[in-house]
Amino acid sequence: MKRARVAYAGAIHDAVEHGAGLRLADGRVLAEDAVVWLPPFEVGTVIALGLNYADHVKELSKELTVTSKDEPLAFLKSPGALIGHRGQTRRPEDVKFMHYECELAVVIGRSARNVRRQDAMACVAGYSVANDYAIRDYLENYYRPNLRVKNRDTCTVLGPWLVDAADVPDPQHLALRTLVNGKLTQQGHTSDMIASIPELIEYLSSFMTLSPGDVILTGTPDGVVNVNVGDEVVTEIDGIGRLVNTLVGDADFGR
Amino acid sequence: MPLRLVLVLALVLVLVLKARTENFPMMVMLEQSLAHPQGEPLATEASVEHWQALAAASPHGPAFLPPARGTVYGTLLNHRDALAALGNQMNAAPYKAPPQAPILYIKPRNTVVGHRVPVVVPTDAAELEMGATLGIVIGRTASRVSASEALGFVAGYTVVNDISVPHASVYRPSMRFKCRDGFCPMGPAVVARARVPDPDALSIALAIDGQTVQRSSTAGLIRPVATLIADVTEFMTLFPGDVLTVGVAAGAPRARAGQTVTIAIHGVGRLENTLVAGDAS
Repeated sequence: MKRARVAYAGAIHDAVEHGAGLRLADGRVLAEDAVVWLPPFEVGTVIALGLNYADHVKELSKELTVTSKDEPLAFLKSPGALIGHRGQTRRPEDVKFMHYECELAVVIGRSARNVRRQDAMACVAGYSVANDYAIRDYLENYYRPNLRVKNRDTCTVLGPWLVDAADVPDPQHLALRTLVNGKLTQQGHTSDMIASIPELIEYLSSFMTLSPGDVILTGTPDGVVNVNVGDEVVTEIDGIGRLVNTLVGDADFGR
Repeated sequence: MPLRLVLVLALVLVLVLKARTENFPMMVMLEQSLAHPQGEPLATEASVEHWQALAAASPHGPAFLPPARGTVYGTLLNHRDALAALGNQMNAAPYKAPPQAPILYIKPRNTVVGHRVPVVVPTDAAELEMGATLGIVIGRTASRVSASEALGFVAGYTVVNDISVPHASVYRPSMRFKCRDGFCPMGPAVVARARVPDPDALSIALAIDGQTVQRSSTAGLIRPVATLIADVTEFMTLFPGDVLTVGVAAGAPRARAGQTVTIAIHGVGRLENTLVAGDAS
C-alpha cells in the first residue's frame, strides 16, 4: 500500500494511491494535482546520513577528514524543515552552490533500542523518497553539517508516499535518480550504501531509542549539481515514488 | 476561573498537537508557570511559587514530565568564555575560521526528560558533562523575526541540562555524544516571559551533590536571547513548544553515576536529576 497525507477542501486527510491519483480515507478520489501534498506521515526525529554511498564519498573526498571505515556520519534535522511532494523550496538569491540529494527514507514503525541488525528490518514501517537540499555557501566547520546548510525551512522534501515495508522486498536493491528539468543528473543504487539499513538501525539504536515516526535519510550517491530558481527537481526511487519539487526565489518570500 | 481553565486546556491541547507536523498550534500563552508532574493527565498552569514548592519537595517529591514538547535546539559557543577556550584552534584545521552564524544542534525527542527523572550514564562513559543553560520556550511561530520583536514570540523560560559524553572536537561530533536517551533534562516548569524581566541577566548555579561547582550567567552572551532568536529564525522557523537554549558556559562540570546534579537559574527554576549506572547488557 502507498499512503499519503494531503490537504484538501479544508482538512488534512490520509489517502492511498489510486489509479486516478489518490483516494482519501473518506472515499473521495482525486487527481494528483488537486491536493496539497504533505509529508506522508507524522515525522518524529529526522536522522540523516552523510557520505553513505561509496561514490559520493569519492566525490567529496577533498574535504574529507574521516574515512568510511569510521562510524556512520549521522546528523539530525528537525521536522520543521520538511515539506511535501510538489512543494516549493527557496533558493536564496546570493548563494552559489545549492544542491539536491536524492535519498531513500526509512520510516521506523516500532520502538527500537539495542536492536541487532538481523532483527532490525522488523522495526521498519516503510519507505519514502527524500530530497535533502544543502546550501554549501553556508558551510562552517562547527557541528557539521551546520543547520544553516542542512536544516533550512523548505529544504527537506519528503514523499509522495509512505510505501509499506511489506511491499518492498529488498530495499537494498533499488535504483534511484534525480532529474533536473527532465535531464538526468544523478543516479545510483541502494546496494551501494556503505552502511546498510539494518546496520544503520543497529548503530543508531545502540545509543538512542528510535520511535514510530522517526525517519532515517540514508544518504545520497554521486552526482549532486547546483540548481537554480525555476528548476524542477525530480528525485525518484524505483518502487517507492517520484518526488517533485520546484525551486523558487526570494521574491516569492517577500525578501 | 472557567476562562483560566479554558486557557489552560487550550494550552495543553496546543502542546499535544505540536507533535503533529502540520498542526503547529498558533500560540502558547503563559501568564505564570506551566508544569506537568508525573501522574497528572495534563500540564497545567499555576503560580511560579506553587511549582517551585512542589519541585523542591524533598526528598520524595514527584518527578515531572518535560514542560515543553517541541524540537529542542542547542546553541554552542555562545558564551564568550566558551569561545575563548577554543582560542587559536579556531583558525586552524579543522575549524579554519571563527564561527559566523549561530552554532546549533538538535537534541532529539529521546533525550528530553523532566525534573527528577534519573539519567542513565551509558556503560561506555565514566563521567558525563553537565551543560547548564537557559531554555527559551517559543510561544508563537517565529520566522524572520527581528531582534526588537523577538521576545514577543517567547512563551517563557525553563532550565535545561544539556548533557554530553565528554568530547574535545566540535567539528563533526558523533550523535553518540549528545543524543543518548535522557540527555536533555528540562524543567521543572516553563516560567512565563512576563515573570522573567531580563533573560540576559540570569545567574546560573550548577551543584553536584549539593556542592556548587560552576557559576555562570546569561549576561554578556555573544548573542543575547533576542539576537539569537533573530539570527536563527532568519533561516529556520521556530514553532510553539520548541526550545532554543542559549548555550553552555566554559568548563562544563562532569558528574558520574550516583551523583545528583542541580541547576538553578534565578527566577526560572531549579532542575534536579540523579545519574544512575547503565545496564551493562
